Amino acid sequence: MTVKELALALELEPVCEAEPDREVTGGYTGDLLSWVMGRAQAGDAWITIMSNNNVIAVATLTDAALVILAEDVHPDPGMAELAEKKGINLYRSPEAAFPLCAKVAALL
Amino acid sequence: MAALHFHFDIDGEDFSSAGEASVEMKKKLRQLGFPSDVIRRCSIAMYEGEINMVIHANGGNADVDVYPDKIVIVLEDHGPGIPNVELAMQEGYSTATEQIHNMGFGAGMGLPNMKRYTESLEIETQVGVGTKLTMVVAV
Repeated sequence: MTVKELALALELEPVCEAEPDREVTGGYTGDLLSWVMGRAQAGDAWITIMSNNNVIAVATLTDAALVILAEDVHPDPGMAELAEKKGINLYRSPEAAFPLCAKVAALL
Repeated sequence: MAALHFHFDIDGEDFSSAGEASVEMKKKLRQLGFPSDVIRRCSIAMYEGEINMVIHANGGNADVDVYPDKIVIVLEDHGPGIPNVELAMQEGYSTATEQIHNMGFGAGMGLPNMKRYTESLEIETQVGVGTKLTMVVAV
């Protein structure tokens, strides 16, 4: 399933669609960035409520397919621009992390 | 002799741009065609070191030597040093501030992650002088 297809199915709001045709191969959720860094896998849909610019660095280094800001969290100033610059797919959703995870798991 | 050497200055002033050197190193290793697992381990180890230097030491330097069979990452700062290395190596131990915690860091995973994802981690540190970390990732 591609990022775009997942975003449509979950009714995600795009913040930055850098590479919508990228394949999503798994999912991960977490907000402690060191924890995510060591455990998220390439191709994951990463669901988090962290909205600072460091999220983009972690998404870049882990090769996450997309980042979903859950719980109606808004990106911090500059985050969208940084995602664009680094080629990171960034979306947001009003839903909580748990139902988002359940839906991602059901879709993949 | 190193096949290639990369040097990065790590800016300690701007926390939001922390990770730039790791992202740059990752790009270079990818261009050189290293396996994704090797790139991943180098990225995690260097990112943790970079974040530590920004949080605790107001920045520093990173030097990466790329050999055909290993990648050596040396991180050096002139920060406060680590008073108790054994304690700092324990998962969950952190001296980071509340503000750093709120940004998603300070989980006490930095040094343990560096050890976990590298073949060797050598720590030279002196309180009030600085810290030098040497990490080796086998290809």
